[in-house]
Amino acid sequence: MRVTADREVCVGAGLCALTAPEVFDQDDDGVVTVLAAEPGEAGRAAALEAGTLCPSGAVRVVE
Amino acid sequence: MTETVTTPTSGAPAFPSDRTCPYHLPDRYNDLRDREGSLQRVTLYDGRQAWLVTGYDTARKLLADPRLSSDRTHADFPATSGRVESFRDRRPAFIGLDPPEHGPKRRMTISEFTVRRIKGMRADVEQIVHGFLDEMIAGGPPADLVSQFALPVPSLVICRLLGVPYADHDFFQDASARLIQSPDAAGARAARDDLESYLGALVDSLRGEARPGLLSTLVREQLEKGAIDREELVSTAILLLVAGHETTASMTSLSVITLLEHPDQYAALRADPSLVPGAVEELLRYLAIADIAGGRIATADIEIDGQRIRAGEGVIVTNSIANRDGSVFADPDAFDVRREARHHLAFGYGVHQCLGQNLARLELEVILTALFERLPGLRLAVPVDRLTLRPGTTIQGVNELPVTW
Repeated sequence: MRVTADREVCVGAGLCALTAPEVFDQDDDGVVTVLAAEPGEAGRAAALEAGTLCPSGAVRVVE
Repeated sequence: MTETVTTPTSGAPAFPSDRTCPYHLPDRYNDLRDREGSLQRVTLYDGRQAWLVTGYDTARKLLADPRLSSDRTHADFPATSGRVESFRDRRPAFIGLDPPEHGPKRRMTISEFTVRRIKGMRADVEQIVHGFLDEMIAGGPPADLVSQFALPVPSLVICRLLGVPYADHDFFQDASARLIQSPDAAGARAARDDLESYLGALVDSLRGEARPGLLSTLVREQLEKGAIDREELVSTAILLLVAGHETTASMTSLSVITLLEHPDQYAALRADPSLVPGAVEELLRYLAIADIAGGRIATADIEIDGQRIRAGEGVIVTNSIANRDGSVFADPDAFDVRREARHHLAFGYGVHQCLGQNLARLELEVILTALFERLPGLRLAVPVDRLTLRPGTTIQGVNELPVTW
């Protein structure tokens, strides 16, 4: 699994950091950052959910 | 409560409708949901027609579609009541802007609403919640849960976040209520004038010297550097202040009613507080208080689900119906605190999804937990069918909620 986040597209809803805090964070400006670009098995389900929930299309999760 | 509108003869049913129960869809919405297809034509209060989106997948696709504009100043923006007409002649905050103008303006505010910042507010929110509960308990029972608890809690929270003096709460709670509940454009305009005057004076007073709160930050880092002008900043302040307390207040009242009317669910939640965050998501899904917030206007033809939305046509996504889409939420009319429901559309979807959603989650978690602890005997002081519900044209809720314990 590979995780990316488009910081230009992000609107700071925070669902990724809420749902998969081991994989995503928000910087001091509120914009998404990726903590684990290749999350292990433990973060897998949460990363997928974050990809589904992201309202702006910034978060991309590829199996 | 009677319906405010009757079905027109054109064949496109009227929208919106009033709820007759605080947590169930109006019968007309059940009829709309049961029709074939995920979008259909409806007739608005002024006789114009618009597309109503009732299916979850179509709602998400359209709310993320750049061919739909949020420009509420457009002459053909769909108006669900006279109140919405009043938006046309005012400079909108970022909620009424489209990309690429939208992003930079929204980004001026998002640092205050990150998951980490909101987590850091928990102790303050707990103190505020228990403070108002102390006062309510000392003065009762009975009590009016809305005026004594559900409204003041988020009102004080958003005041601290923005840097608005809470001492002025009588004024801005009244003006906010008029802004969102006025049935006509004139009443909403008058309320908006009052808020513009008040928040404009506050913005002016924040020039120069750094003070606590987001408004001071916006004045110093954006207004004084020319990144936003005064009119737009005042519009933003109105949006944040009004959305910051009216919504959570409504969610609190309707959540209490819903839990008390579902004693098995209420008991499960009190027995296991770890269920509270999930229950908040289910309450958001189930109650969908900002039911008619998803108005848009098409800027190009859009083909979707076998229909063609033509450029210039209005589109309304109703999250109350989309949140009851049985293909996404099994047994959708059942209230189930153990349901995994975070993908609900109560906060909308797309670039305009609610900025304050994580603050709302925190407030509701703290509020419900505190109510369970402090008022284990909480119950309604009047039968639920005697409550006066707000009409379908605004944020769903009650203006008074008599409770006892």
